[in-house]
Amino acid sequence: MNLLSIFNQVEISHYIYLSTVLFSIGLFGVLFRRNAIILLMCIELMLNAVNLLFTAFSTYMGDADGQIFVFFIMVVAAAEAAVGLAILVLVYRNTRKTDVSFLDQLKG
Amino acid sequence: MFQNLPIPFLILSFLTILSSLYVVTSKNPVHSVLALIFTFFTISAHYVLLNAQFLAVVNLIVYAGAIMVLFLFVLMLLNLSKETEPVKSNWWGIAAAITAGSMLLIVTAAFQVTGEAVAKNPVEGIGLVKALGKVLFTRFVVPFELTGILFLAAMVGAVLLGKREKNNAVLIPKEEGGNS
Repeated sequence: MNLLSIFNQVEISHYIYLSTVLFSIGLFGVLFRRNAIILLMCIELMLNAVNLLFTAFSTYMGDADGQIFVFFIMVVAAAEAAVGLAILVLVYRNTRKTDVSFLDQLKG
Repeated sequence: MFQNLPIPFLILSFLTILSSLYVVTSKNPVHSVLALIFTFFTISAHYVLLNAQFLAVVNLIVYAGAIMVLFLFVLMLLNLSKETEPVKSNWWGIAAAITAGSMLLIVTAAFQVTGEAVAKNPVEGIGLVKALGKVLFTRFVVPFELTGILFLAAMVGAVLLGKREKNNAVLIPKEEGGNS
């Protein structure tokens, strides 16, 4: 199957639906789960949904800027995961839990 | 609506949605991480279908290779691999489902118009390193340098946060619910 022939068969709206579904699943996970690691993973899922949409638009419009933005989003996601997991380790060291509902005891 | 779609796209989309649902619903965090890695693989396959070959490889290396290994390391280092999460009440699930469902509905409705407005303009070789590097190092060179500073800040922050302090203030004594 020729790769370029996917343009003639798949509309951009199908990619829009797919990434919206992925984003909503990630949103559901962020709202529903309590384990902080799963929350970070759901955020990664939402970022990937956005990445997929950026790439789809970039390819369909023939403009490379969207793929550069995906590149930057990946960079930010990597930095976010590193700092988030460091904070998570710190929270676990202090409370012996990774439950986010426990964090309402933070005094600010 | 779905009959005319090519089989590879359908299978990939089905696998993507199924594995991301498993990420959210699985009780065991290690299973969630593995399902998320699988989701990233299917998204990389989507990138290949979309002629974004460079992004497909970078997605595999950065996400499945680096970030998820970091997650897995933290998960196993903290010994969280068993099912310790307290179950939220059903009301939380219903509220979260309603919120995510209305998000899905609204965004889908908003994009109904956009889908037809996009002109198809396929350009050969747009996702290859040559084309992307040209754009990245000419028009986007300042953001590119800024991401380097961001990475440095994130690295310093992560090391600083992860460093073990002396006389660490412990909110909860270790014997209460601790397993190490």
